[in-house]
Amino acid sequence: MLSDLYVFADSPLHRARPIVKIASLVVLCSSLFIVEGWASVAVAGILVFAGFALAGLAPRHAFVSLRPAFWILAAIFAVQVYLTDVVFAGFVVARFVVLILAAALVTLTTKTSEFVDGILSALRFAPSWVPKARIALAISLCLRFIPLVRTVLGEVREAQRARGLDRNFKAVLVPLVVRILKTADEVSQAIYSRSFD
Amino acid sequence: MDTRDVVFIALFAAIVAGLAVFPPITLPVVGVPVTAQSLGVMLAGGILGAVRGGLALVLFLVLVAIGLPLLAGGRGGFGVFLGPSGGFLLGWIVAASAIGFLTERFWNHLNFVVALTICLAGGVVLLYAIGVPWVAAVAEIPIGAALTGSLPFIPGDLLKSLVAAGVIVVVKRSYPIISPRTQPQKLS
Repeated sequence: MLSDLYVFADSPLHRARPIVKIASLVVLCSSLFIVEGWASVAVAGILVFAGFALAGLAPRHAFVSLRPAFWILAAIFAVQVYLTDVVFAGFVVARFVVLILAAALVTLTTKTSEFVDGILSALRFAPSWVPKARIALAISLCLRFIPLVRTVLGEVREAQRARGLDRNFKAVLVPLVVRILKTADEVSQAIYSRSFD
Repeated sequence: MDTRDVVFIALFAAIVAGLAVFPPITLPVVGVPVTAQSLGVMLAGGILGAVRGGLALVLFLVLVAIGLPLLAGGRGGFGVFLGPSGGFLLGWIVAASAIGFLTERFWNHLNFVVALTICLAGGVVLLYAIGVPWVAAVAEIPIGAALTGSLPFIPGDLLKSLVAAGVIVVVKRSYPIISPRTQPQKLS
């Protein structure tokens, strides 16, 4: 099953419309780069902290969102200390932390299905040259087939393990790709036969 | 662009997502984990071509942005684009399109060496030409330092180019999707 990063709760942030949250995220991130300085980082940091408190998220959620970037941020901090000074290094890293946490706040309080609904309802207002039905088809097909790809990948690896080839990237990838391409042709024939166009 | 192309785009985006669960192999000398996901970028371009390969990566990154943990290590959400390595993710779209364009261009003469050259040009040189200046800009460090920091990942990317080139050549023989970007020969 596919799971998203959403954390269940009921708060004004969870109820806000996805488009509003994305717009505020864009405004916050751009202003952090336009108004460069400790003041803007501090204000944004307080806003993000208030957002986490308002949405009822635990410090654990913030930690989990930051962990993948930890080593890169540590490396950037070291380079900045070497090139400039500790204050500027702290500023650059603090700005990254605020940016990542602000984005995590949007991700943690919005279901993927809400985003998909938001994209599809926004497409209704798109000009007529935008292939709306095809975009909707591509999104729903991809969501449907990610679990299938994982299943096929597991099957191919088991089959190749029996031949002692399961650590061989090429021996696993070729059957995976060919099987998925065949599935794609079957799916498109099924769609044609139901007169989707 | 007909329905068959839409299905190819959707299923290849699903392959790139599925490759995240491939267990990472740690390179013995440098100690950097190599994940299979950027291999999917080279395959998308080399198997689907420029337009479909690029759109498959656009679709994949949209799904990542809306909060599905599809990147290796279960990462996802808007934060990954705002972090230091966001340029590499957006560079995937350009890399897949470039690899696709070159593969279509040299389709009739495609062998392992040609495919390897294409993968190296698009998936390593071009990708780093986008990702490294991006890191340098957002982290406010000189480009040289950013490039040095990216060096440990290069051996893994060379390895992935070798694998991707092999897969692209075999899939060309067994299940070709691309139609070559050259004028058809007129039969006299």
